[in-house]
Amino acid sequence: MSVNVRIPTPLRKLTGGADEVSVEAATIGDMIDGLEAAHVGIKERLCDDNGEIRRFVNVYVNDEDVRFLDGRGTALKDGDEVSIVPAIAGGAR
Amino acid sequence: MSESIVRALKCRECGQEYDIAPVHVCEFCFGPLEVAYDYDKLQGKFTRELIESRPQTMWRYKELLPIDNDPTVGAQNGFTPLVRAKNLEKVLGVSELYIKNDSVCYPTLSFKDRVVSVALSKAVEFGFTTVACASTGNLAGSVAANAAAAGLESYVFIPHDLEQGKVLGAGIFGTKIIGIRGKYDDVNRLCSEVAGKYGWAFVNVNVRPFYAEGSKSLGYEVMEQLGWKAPKHIVVPMASGSLCTKVDKSIKEFIKLGLIEDNGTAVYGAQATGCSPIAKSVKEGTDLIHPVIADTIAKSLAIGNPADGYYANRVINESGGWAEDISDQEVIDAMKLLAETEGIFAETAGGVTLGCAKKMIESGKLPRDESIVLCITGNGLKTQEAIADEIDKPRIIDASLKEFDVLAKADGVENI
Repeated sequence: MSVNVRIPTPLRKLTGGADEVSVEAATIGDMIDGLEAAHVGIKERLCDDNGEIRRFVNVYVNDEDVRFLDGRGTALKDGDEVSIVPAIAGGAR
Repeated sequence: MSESIVRALKCRECGQEYDIAPVHVCEFCFGPLEVAYDYDKLQGKFTRELIESRPQTMWRYKELLPIDNDPTVGAQNGFTPLVRAKNLEKVLGVSELYIKNDSVCYPTLSFKDRVVSVALSKAVEFGFTTVACASTGNLAGSVAANAAAAGLESYVFIPHDLEQGKVLGAGIFGTKIIGIRGKYDDVNRLCSEVAGKYGWAFVNVNVRPFYAEGSKSLGYEVMEQLGWKAPKHIVVPMASGSLCTKVDKSIKEFIKLGLIEDNGTAVYGAQATGCSPIAKSVKEGTDLIHPVIADTIAKSLAIGNPADGYYANRVINESGGWAEDISDQEVIDAMKLLAETEGIFAETAGGVTLGCAKKMIESGKLPRDESIVLCITGNGLKTQEAIADEIDKPRIIDASLKEFDVLAKADGVENI
């Protein structure tokens, strides 16, 4: 399965400036490993020591947060649009 | 002032440390940054006697607030009354209840004067001349007022449909007030972008790590006012969840510094059902916060995507507390109950706090025979729309004793 992954500005140093990359992957976990193979260093920015997606990194598949799907196990199909979006820190109270 | 004990900014997630600067997000993992202190430097020096010898403002605890020098903004802020709520105790059937009354916080009648005092004093230390905020109302008023008094320029960004009292209560200070067509979460997102582009101190964006620490002063005051003791239970309103985490931090700091005994304080969070992502996560036993589209009269708490939701959830769970949410009608009923029993006119968020406390007392989550503190964080005069139709209108008569006698008789009052 080939999916397009949107890369946020702070991580583009690791993708040679690319804002979108294409990865072969069957799940989100696969996708992260695929990204790491092509762009060394990106996995530790996205995942903690246990391999879980970091709390302030949001990963969306076609606009759905993978936390509310199957997390790293979320299945991907051809043509899925994946977005990596750092959470916006802020808020009032 | 003695040497600052501020050590660094530290990422709450990955632990990476950064020099003190107007930054709020970890470059590595995007986690929020928090101020870290070297508490050892205070051992034996920060005593009850020292604190008691100082003026009654939030700055009597200045060693634990993250600025280098004496405050330049809001030096008079804080130190609000802690009221023993005897009448409410009877109504609710509890033995020891207190109201921490920040509805009379100086100068803008909400607990935001605490966080703004720290944020703007720090902004001045960083060399900023323009300050700004994303706000559900109280923060806008506080930034505007404290900036005016400090001679700073200010921009405040609010949802377009806020209560008039809050719009007016910011505009009067000559701030530049921007209403955004959207919810608070939209305002917040825009402000993150504005903060990145303009060289301003956004109190709850790039200065947020310092700003948030100001909330601890509410907790310090409660403990001092209880006679250097933490309550067994403390109930706080939640929007982003920050106050919840900082009240907990204040208690842990006082224990660490030997100022109080560990009383096993449990922290409870209160939300309106129309915007209750944190309460929902606690009740469902998860730490995942599902963002919601906020819809409640408690506009000051209407943050659908709470920045500190996860941490608030954790504090509530680890301290042995609980979270609850109530309907808008219950919010109004609780505002009236607080006013009629204790003479305190709280804003809608105060109704949320009392209403949720009442519900948790009735469900047994809050025990009836141990000390409970309710944190009332804003003033009802700013949210009059919420209760305008619920309050008796004056009965209009001529200046005639005969006409009044008729009314008195109808009330069952006998003349002598």
